[in-house]
Amino acid sequence: MIFHRAMLVRAVLAAALCTGAGGVAAQGKIKVGFMLPYTGTYAALGTAIENGFRLYVQEQGGKLGGRELEYFKVDDESEPSKAVDNINKLIKRDNVDVVVGTVHSGVVMAMAKVAKDTNTLLIVPNAGAGAVTGPMCAPNIFRSSFSNWQPGYAMGKVAGERGAKKVATITWKYAAGDESVEGFKEGLKASGGDVVKELTLPFPNVEFQALLTEIAATKPDAVYAFFAGGGAVKFVKDYAAAGLNKTIPLYGPGFLTDGTLEAQGAAAQGMLTTLHYADGLDVPKDKAFRADYNKAYKTTPDVYAVQGYDAAQMLGAGLAAVNGDVGKRTQLVAAIETAHIDSPRGAFTLSKAHNPVQDIYLRKVVGTENRYEGVAVKALADPAKGCGM
Amino acid sequence: MDIAVFLVQCLNAVQYGLLLFLVASGLTLIFGILGVINLAHGSFYMIGAYLAYALAPWAAAHLGAGFFGALAIGLVLSIVFGYVLEWAFVSYLYQREHLQQVLMTYGLILVFEELRSIIVGDDVHGVAPPAWLSGSVALGGVMSYPVYRLFMSGVCIAIALALYAVLTRTRVGMAIRAGATNREMVQSLGVDIRLLYRIVFAAGVALAVFAGMIAAPVSSVYPGMGNQVLIVSFVVVVIGGIGSIRGALLASLLVGFVDTFGKVFIPQIAGILVYLLMALILLWRPEGLFRTS
Repeated sequence: MIFHRAMLVRAVLAAALCTGAGGVAAQGKIKVGFMLPYTGTYAALGTAIENGFRLYVQEQGGKLGGRELEYFKVDDESEPSKAVDNINKLIKRDNVDVVVGTVHSGVVMAMAKVAKDTNTLLIVPNAGAGAVTGPMCAPNIFRSSFSNWQPGYAMGKVAGERGAKKVATITWKYAAGDESVEGFKEGLKASGGDVVKELTLPFPNVEFQALLTEIAATKPDAVYAFFAGGGAVKFVKDYAAAGLNKTIPLYGPGFLTDGTLEAQGAAAQGMLTTLHYADGLDVPKDKAFRADYNKAYKTTPDVYAVQGYDAAQMLGAGLAAVNGDVGKRTQLVAAIETAHIDSPRGAFTLSKAHNPVQDIYLRKVVGTENRYEGVAVKALADPAKGCGM
Repeated sequence: MDIAVFLVQCLNAVQYGLLLFLVASGLTLIFGILGVINLAHGSFYMIGAYLAYALAPWAAAHLGAGFFGALAIGLVLSIVFGYVLEWAFVSYLYQREHLQQVLMTYGLILVFEELRSIIVGDDVHGVAPPAWLSGSVALGGVMSYPVYRLFMSGVCIAIALALYAVLTRTRVGMAIRAGATNREMVQSLGVDIRLLYRIVFAAGVALAVFAGMIAAPVSSVYPGMGNQVLIVSFVVVVIGGIGSIRGALLASLLVGFVDTFGKVFIPQIAGILVYLLMALILLWRPEGLFRTS
């Protein structure tokens, strides 16, 4: 018994020494906290984002602003109810200097709130919730991806230019879908069309047949759909199986086809979508990025990897301006705000609300690629409704 | 809404309802007869869909009949799987409280999801229906309807009839129904109740796996697909009356109609309509539409 107690005391002492020593050693490093989905539906996206981020840091010799990076990871499980606890693990327990996350819009809303309250630097590498760079916008919150409004607006513009006057929209009844349809409607109206029917179904319901019948009965000039993942695959296939794709073109933001073309097969061929990234872009940076990514991870990068890569670029731009001194927050933020990010998607800058001002591309499904067709809208900025900055 | 569109919507409702029945019938068997709350039932559906995806290329190469070959192999595998699962886990749950059953079967969900993630990955996959079923028929100038969906409905009806016949017309069916009412009495009459339960559980698993396989060409194959199905299936079981196959069929069709027309007429509250239906029916008949005696 005494022996055991002695062991215990020794172990505790050793542990204390270790953490003490660790603390000293870590002072030289910038602590980056990844809060991403590593399990569940979006696991592949979380991994791609982290891979992209690490690739840029490696290219800079493992340092940003002259300092090495130390990574902390939390699996957010795409679970909004756990979001506050999860981000607090990074901020309070690990004392990170910057949080990078996440994919799911519901989770990001909770993260933005905590980041705002604790004044933690946050870079959002995917979630397109309008509020993050809208009513919730703050000097310490940035986004390296898109707002739901952006691809929607661009698609609306293209649909109108292609002669669609009466359009039906269909999406899950949740914030991302509403924002995307809102953007589409504005774009469509700007080019002379209008939305005649707005169909919704509860998230994440995938029984589309009833609403497809409604579309068939309405006979619109075109349909705009916002779905992602398994729902997107099922919708595109059901749409084709109902024979609707022969008479009514189906448009959507890039998420309708990105990453799932193998599963969609013949049903998706020829479909037009809009996004800030595409296959076959004539951007030298993209070719280099794809080759490097392929070499590092033995797989082709997707839009999520690009967003992770650019999150690292944005952080790098800020840290370079202050020589790695994260205490100089004002200068750091100002440097990111004015940075020209040399992204694989094509160079972009940031809006006042900290969302990318970027070209949105029109893409066409050819085989398993979302092939570049042209620029749908050049240097499109999110309207950032409700942002006071 | 003109009459042609209305009829197509009715077809949509029936077709969705019948597929629900296929999943829910297994659940109601296990719940009603074994008295086990089986949360892993959705996972069996998911496993079925992934089996269809994984087995089809192999079956096409070795048996010459891709989809149906996969269906046959999958069915055999699922019966074995259900049998082993009952022996290893579920057989310990009969005398326990519902909370422990829920814990165990919830644990199984997590295990199956992780295994799926490790073995197949997290991508979405498509399954091709057999060539002769991949066409579609024109429906009254409204839209065309995939033949495969009609085929699916036919299969569901056939299985409903077969289940009903087995339970009401055969000796095994009689023993199963008796076992549900009084386990000890049936045992004392010389029926091997443990074997009987094992068979019922295996059959329940097979029904869910089969539903997943047959739905795969329409629903595609993706992570977390079982969870959605599980919740609606529980609604069906509760509405229909626990343990009643007839009740499950009627409840499935009812849910199909409410869901379909809810989406069309009142999309604002379509998400809760099915649960509202359940609440109303429970107020009216607390045991569900058909109570097992």
